Amino acid sequence: MTATTLPAADHAADGHGHGGGHYTTLGLDNRKVAIWTFIGSECMLFASLISTYLIYKGRSIKGPFPHETWTEPSTGKVFPAILDIPVTSASTFVLLMSSFAMVLALAAVQNKNLPKNTMGEKILGSSKLWLWVTCLMGTMFLGFQAFEFTAFIREGLTIRTNLFGSSFFTLTGFHGAHVAVGVCWLFSLLAIDYKRGLQPSDAMNVDIAALYWHFVDVIWIVIFTLVYLIK
Amino acid sequence: MAMETAQGAPAVAAHDDGHEHPGWSTYWKIAVILFVITGVEVSAFYIPAWETSWVYVPSMLFLSTIKFVLVVKYYMHLGYDHKLFRSLFVGPLIVAALTLVGLMFLFSKLSIRLGLLS
Repeated sequence: MTATTLPAADHAADGHGHGGGHYTTLGLDNRKVAIWTFIGSECMLFASLISTYLIYKGRSIKGPFPHETWTEPSTGKVFPAILDIPVTSASTFVLLMSSFAMVLALAAVQNKNLPKNTMGEKILGSSKLWLWVTCLMGTMFLGFQAFEFTAFIREGLTIRTNLFGSSFFTLTGFHGAHVAVGVCWLFSLLAIDYKRGLQPSDAMNVDIAALYWHFVDVIWIVIFTLVYLIK
Repeated sequence: MAMETAQGAPAVAAHDDGHEHPGWSTYWKIAVILFVITGVEVSAFYIPAWETSWVYVPSMLFLSTIKFVLVVKYYMHLGYDHKLFRSLFVGPLIVAALTLVGLMFLFSKLSIRLGLLS
């Protein structure tokens, strides 16, 4: 019996997969089917939020505006363009690289039992290291977002100021909440890794968390382009 | 060795359809490409000749689509996994894209033409 026939034999016999998952009649782990279904539904949620932002774009009666300066008629106060592209670019780089760290964490868990002889193999094979890197980068992204939000509020843009503020804070706030959930999820995996060590049998659990994390990343790819880079 | 393969091979725990996932060499190349594309996008934003030209928006959309596809295909392993997962993602993604385009059309040109929005 070969390695690739093992799972088929296992779930054909009792309907259970490695790590406690159940298999569907297609031989697919139902947790993975569930996360892809969830991600599909999340696509539609974010499409509605992005649509709302784009529809309201350029329709605000008063500023501050994302890319243009605005002078308040009553006071003569000048509000500069509010979006901070350098800061957001840095946070985008951080989130993209966190996805890279996440795939390495998954690969490390999947290949936990393989022998690691060189220093490079030990570094690549350390699930704790890559989970830590992913968690820290996710937390850093949230820090960038908190900095951005507080800067906007200080400059006079709140969720109630204008259409841009309402749609911007709703869209990026929802995304930030998803990142926060992802960070909590990853920290819980890290805690498990410290407690008993993540084994190849846990790879599906890590894979599901990784899929969620990458989804959060691809949504930010879209938001960064549509909200920040296209005027 | 056979035992170790059975316990440690990614195929056992992570590959529902027995397909191999890409490895470290692919992952870091994708990371570099993502890094470079984002750098190009941000640079384009600061180049007035590019930023004000008609190619700016299509090029930004094209570059972000490349990044989107790379992450989904290689990091989310959608190019290697079972086709059901592809359907579960691509189906709603098409619905989402059509919703976005439909709403944009409805609340911009069409509604202005019909006098619903000024």
